[in-house]
Amino acid sequence: MKESKRILTAEDIKRVLSRLTHQIIERNPDPQELMLIGIQTRGVYLAERIQQLIQEIEKVPVSLGVLDITLYRDDLTTIGPKPVVRETKIAEDINNKVVILIDDVLFTGRTVRAALDEIMDFGRPKRVELLVLIDRGHRELPIRADFVGKNIPTSKQEIVEVKLMEADKIDEVMVTIQDHSQD
Amino acid sequence: MQKHAEKWTKKHILDIASLSREEIEIVLSLATSFKEISERDVKKVPALRGKTIVNLFFENSTRTRTSFELAAKRISADVVNFSSSSSSLTKGETIVDTIKTLEAYHPDIMVIRINSSAALYCLKKFTQASIVNAGDGKHEHPTQALLDMFTVKEIKTTLEGLNVLIVGDILHSRVARSNIFGFQKFGSSVTVCAPPTLLPFNYGQSGAILTSDLDQVLPKADVIIMLRIQKERQGGLFLPTIREYVRDFAMTEERFSKLKKDCLILHPGPINWDVEIVSSLKHKVHPRILQQAENGLAVRMATLYLVGTKQK
Repeated sequence: MKESKRILTAEDIKRVLSRLTHQIIERNPDPQELMLIGIQTRGVYLAERIQQLIQEIEKVPVSLGVLDITLYRDDLTTIGPKPVVRETKIAEDINNKVVILIDDVLFTGRTVRAALDEIMDFGRPKRVELLVLIDRGHRELPIRADFVGKNIPTSKQEIVEVKLMEADKIDEVMVTIQDHSQD
Repeated sequence: MQKHAEKWTKKHILDIASLSREEIEIVLSLATSFKEISERDVKKVPALRGKTIVNLFFENSTRTRTSFELAAKRISADVVNFSSSSSSLTKGETIVDTIKTLEAYHPDIMVIRINSSAALYCLKKFTQASIVNAGDGKHEHPTQALLDMFTVKEIKTTLEGLNVLIVGDILHSRVARSNIFGFQKFGSSVTVCAPPTLLPFNYGQSGAILTSDLDQVLPKADVIIMLRIQKERQGGLFLPTIREYVRDFAMTEERFSKLKKDCLILHPGPINWDVEIVSSLKHKVHPRILQQAENGLAVRMATLYLVGTKQK
């Protein structure tokens, strides 16, 4: 038995990203200091959208990077099928930039830990701020987000699924409750 | 993310013959991602942190060993090099005893080069570690074939339907064998060309086409792999003179002019200029051959990563 609930619609996601963009600009008045870094794969799409939004508002180009954290995971030798190693592309100098690290869902915080380690290998940013579309709680590391699209209190059994046009042909966020009563 | 996960089940990489097309594709696609790491300022990722890799070279090698060593270091493994010239082998220790001794240090991966063909199938019984074949006698050299395939794919964008021509000392060549197996798995046709004395008559069953007439097969080739004439293995019995070999089998200006325009020339190195390829073609063919070396690093990072992170 599975039960799915839509938490955000396409319209909601659009409004949320617009608000998050304004929050980034409010906190970082110099957009040329910014570097958006999306975590593969849905974080990248969110980063691209936010880049677009900032550029529309500020009329200056904002740099964008792509990060795959697979090789920095702490469970590489224990997980079953190996996750695909995707592209990492930080083309511009990261030193003294304000990095906005972007991911779709913040859960245990382990992905963000890996991303921070990887970013530090590319240089010394002035500051790193974290943006997530969904914060679902259940942290296993002392990590918090600076910009949150929506807080969704969940149980560990629930699955949060962010679907984005670029990969899933639809914009929505679903929470699926897995009913274990029959197990 | 499960649906995007890669299925890798092999503990060892001993040959190309037993790898499936899908497994080769996993290595090649991983190598694409690994290549970028070497372009970074900090050329290191922590993927194999805490793992120990032994480079065990019973046969001399600088290039392959250096490539494996650097590959291991770039994914944060600890590496020790062990080569026959400086080892206890010269003091009379057997190969099995050497492996057992190294086994006592609990290595995770052993990268082995050895002059006995297919010896690794036996040696793997004496260690818990994963074994990666870095060349075993006249048998196989899987990472060389993988890097050749990677380079061809990078430039030609596909490995399917190509005419691959391998020229040189086919008889003694493990590189030729691995490439014959590899390219055929993608539906490419492989022709091997050598003087009759260096052409193994029983290669017919491998599916490769055998010939000693280079000029006839040259114009059809999409990819040509020129093998090194291993002077140390000749002993004067296989080739009358080097000059005769050059006349019939070297890539000369004249032969070069008969190639397809986009024909890709590869060479596993080290090159004997004016034996396999005339030196006046250096500026045309060398860049691709150096690209092969760069790709070798990425491919070896990928293979070490795959066997090194395999679930116990």
